[in-house]
Amino acid sequence: MKLTGAQVIIECLKEQKVDLIFGYPGGAVLPIYDALYNTKEITHILTAHEQGATHAADGYARATGKPGVVLVTSGPGATNTVTGIATAYMDSVPLLVFTGQVAGNLLGRDSFQEVDIAGITTPITKHNYIVKNPESLPHVIREAFDIATSGRPGPVVIDIPKDVQTAMIDLKPASSQPLEWKTRGKWFEHAENNKENMDKALKLLARCKRPVIYAGGGVNIGAANRELVDFAEKIKAPVCLSLMGMGAFPGEHPYFLGMVGMHGTRSANYAVSQADCLIAVGARFSDRVVSKVEGFAPEAEIIHIDLDPAEISKNVASHLSICDDVKSVLKELTERVEEKQENEWNDQIRKWKQTYPLKYRGKGPLSPQFVLEKLYEVTQGQAIITTEVGQNQMWAAQFYKYKEPRTFISSGGLGTMGFGLGASIGAAMGRPDRKVINVAGDGSFKMNSTELATVAKYKVPIIQLLLNNHTLGMVRQWQDLFFQGRFSHTSLGPDVDFVKLAAAYGIRAYRISSNEEVEDVLREAVSLDEPVLIECDINPNEKVYPMVAPGEAISNVID
Amino acid sequence: MKHVLGVLVDNNPGVLSKVSGLFSRRGFNIDSLAVGVTENPAISRITIVVDGDDYIVGQVTKQLNKLINVIKVAIISEDSISRELALIKVKATPETRNQIVDIVNIFRAKVVDVNRNSIIVEITGDDKKIGALEDMLNDFGILEMVRTGNISIDRGLKMVKYIHPDNEEVKFYGKNVL
Repeated sequence: MKLTGAQVIIECLKEQKVDLIFGYPGGAVLPIYDALYNTKEITHILTAHEQGATHAADGYARATGKPGVVLVTSGPGATNTVTGIATAYMDSVPLLVFTGQVAGNLLGRDSFQEVDIAGITTPITKHNYIVKNPESLPHVIREAFDIATSGRPGPVVIDIPKDVQTAMIDLKPASSQPLEWKTRGKWFEHAENNKENMDKALKLLARCKRPVIYAGGGVNIGAANRELVDFAEKIKAPVCLSLMGMGAFPGEHPYFLGMVGMHGTRSANYAVSQADCLIAVGARFSDRVVSKVEGFAPEAEIIHIDLDPAEISKNVASHLSICDDVKSVLKELTERVEEKQENEWNDQIRKWKQTYPLKYRGKGPLSPQFVLEKLYEVTQGQAIITTEVGQNQMWAAQFYKYKEPRTFISSGGLGTMGFGLGASIGAAMGRPDRKVINVAGDGSFKMNSTELATVAKYKVPIIQLLLNNHTLGMVRQWQDLFFQGRFSHTSLGPDVDFVKLAAAYGIRAYRISSNEEVEDVLREAVSLDEPVLIECDINPNEKVYPMVAPGEAISNVID
Repeated sequence: MKHVLGVLVDNNPGVLSKVSGLFSRRGFNIDSLAVGVTENPAISRITIVVDGDDYIVGQVTKQLNKLINVIKVAIISEDSISRELALIKVKATPETRNQIVDIVNIFRAKVVDVNRNSIIVEITGDDKKIGALEDMLNDFGILEMVRTGNISIDRGLKMVKYIHPDNEEVKFYGKNVL
C-alpha cells in the first residue's frame, strides 16, 4: 500500500493504539497535520505552547502508563519541547516527540526554522532519530515506541524532514518478530549474577534485625505496589519512599514511614540511618534522598533491586544487586524469604512515628498543610494530584496520602517549575474517571499559566489549587536558612489577581484566606464538572519541615 | 589508570556523537578514540582509551550499554595487541638528516617523505614506543605530528564480536566472545 510519509505516521500511530496526541502545528509539519485532518481515531489537543503539550503528554503517560505523544514543528516548536523532554527523561516517562524538520535539501544550511533537535536532545532522550530515508519511517516509529515503553521507559524524539512527510512509501505490516535492537542481549552478565545474588539476598534478609525498604518510582512504573506490600509484610520491614515513589506503598499502611531524604520524615530518616539492611527497590539514590553519601544508611548492607544496571552503585555502593523487573524480583523474594516476626526494631519504628509525626504551626489564618490535609479528606484520597515544584510539591507529597501508583504526578528529577498545569491537563484526559488537582505555587503557576487557555478551550474539569505566598517559597526558605534572610529577587507580588486571570479564561475561581473556608470551597470545587481555580492566600514565611540541610547526613534533621 | 574499551556500534550517522557526547556529559575523560568499520559493514568499532578508576570504567561501560546504537562494550585486556600510527614531520637539514634516519631505523619506523627542510616519519606501535620516538625527534624540532589514536585487539580466540544469541557460533566460541 503506497501512502505519503505523513499518512504512514498516522497509520503507525493507530497501529500503536494512540488515540490522543498533544501538539502545535507549524510549517514543517503541515503534511502531518493535513493527514490528521480526517483522522477520527486520533484526538489532537492543541495547547497554548509546545512546552505545555510536552508536559501534558507526560502527565497523560504518568497517569495511564501509556506513552504520551507530542507533535510539533521544527525550530522553535522543537526547542520549546526541550524542558518537557528533559523532565520526562529524568523521571523515566515514555514519551514520543515527533518534530517536523526542514526538507532534506535545506538541512544544514541554517534554513528558516531549522534546528538540530536530534543533537540538542541527545543527552535527554533514551534515543532519537532523524529520518532521512522515507522507507525507514515505519520501522523507526515502531522501534521508537518499543524503545520508549520497554525496560526503563524514556522519551524518544523522531525528527522528520518535510520531504519525508510527502514522499510515497510502501507501508508493510509490522513483523511479529521481536525488533532487532531488543535481541542483542547486552545485559547477559547481570542476569547471570541475579541468581546468585538472589540467594545471597535471602540469606541477608533472614539474618538482618533492622531492615528498611526504600522504594522509588520504579515500583510505580513496574506496577509492583501489591508485591511491595506483600514483601514488606512478610519481612516486617518499614517502608520509606522517594518523591517519585509516592503511591508505591499505601500512605495509611502501618509500615509506612513517609518520604525519606531532604524533606523526609524523622522516622524515615532515622530508620534508614540505623538500619542494618536497606532494600532499595526501583530507586536511584538521588542526592535529594541521600544528601551526604557517607551518612546514608551507614550501618546497612544494601540490596539494590533495579531494572537498570547503570543505577547499581552509581551514587551509593550496594552490597548486592538484582537487575531485573522489580515486580518479578519482589514476587520471588516474597515467595522464598523466611517469614520474619516483629521485633524491637518495629517497636522503635512505632515509637519514632508517634514521637515525630508530620506537624505544622500555622503562620497565618490559612495553612497550606491544612489545605492539603483537607484535600485528602474531601477527595477520600481518590484524586490524582499533580504538582508544580517547590514548597507546594513537598507539602503535596507530605500531607496527602497516596494509595496507589500513578496518583502522584510530579517533576522529581528535573524539578521543572511550570510542569503541573500541563501535566494535570494530560492526566485528566488520560483518567477521566478521576478528579485531577494541580497543587501549585504562584511562581511555578505563572511560568506556564498560558495553558489555562487549553483548560478553557477543552473545558478540562481540573482544579488548580494555587498556594499563593507571593514569593518563590522554597528559594526564600533557603535564603532564610542559609543566606541570612537576604531575600534576593524572590518576592513576586502582589502582581497578578489570579481570580481575575481565571475569569479572563472563563474559569470559575475562588479565593480562600482562612482555614475555616477550606472545606466548603474544596467540596464545592470537587463536585463541579468544570475547570476551577482556587487561590489560597498563605504566609510567605511558611516553611517545609522537616529539612536536612544540603550536605548533611539525613539523620541531622531540622524542624 | 588507563583502560581500553572495544565498543561495537551500529554503523549509522550520528552514533559517534552519541558516544562522545556521553563521555563529556558524564564527565569521563577520553585519552583517545579511534573508529572504523569492522568485518561486518553494518557495525563499526570504536576503541576508547579511558583514564579512570574502576568506578569510572564501570559507569562508562554501563552508560555506553544503555545507548541503543551500542551493540557491545568490552574491556580489552592488558596483554592485548595495541597499535597506533603516527606521522611526524621533523625539521631536517643536510647535517641532521642522517642522524634522524638512524634514529628512525632503530625504532623500525619509516621515512615516507623527504625534502630540503624536513622529513616525514611514519611510526606504528603502542603509546610508549611512539612517545619514545617523539622524545628523540624533539631534539631536531618537530614541526607537526598527527596520531590515529590507539586500536587494540585481544589475543587468541578471545574477541569482541557481535553474534546473535540464537546463533550456533555462540556455543562454539563460548566465553571467548566478550
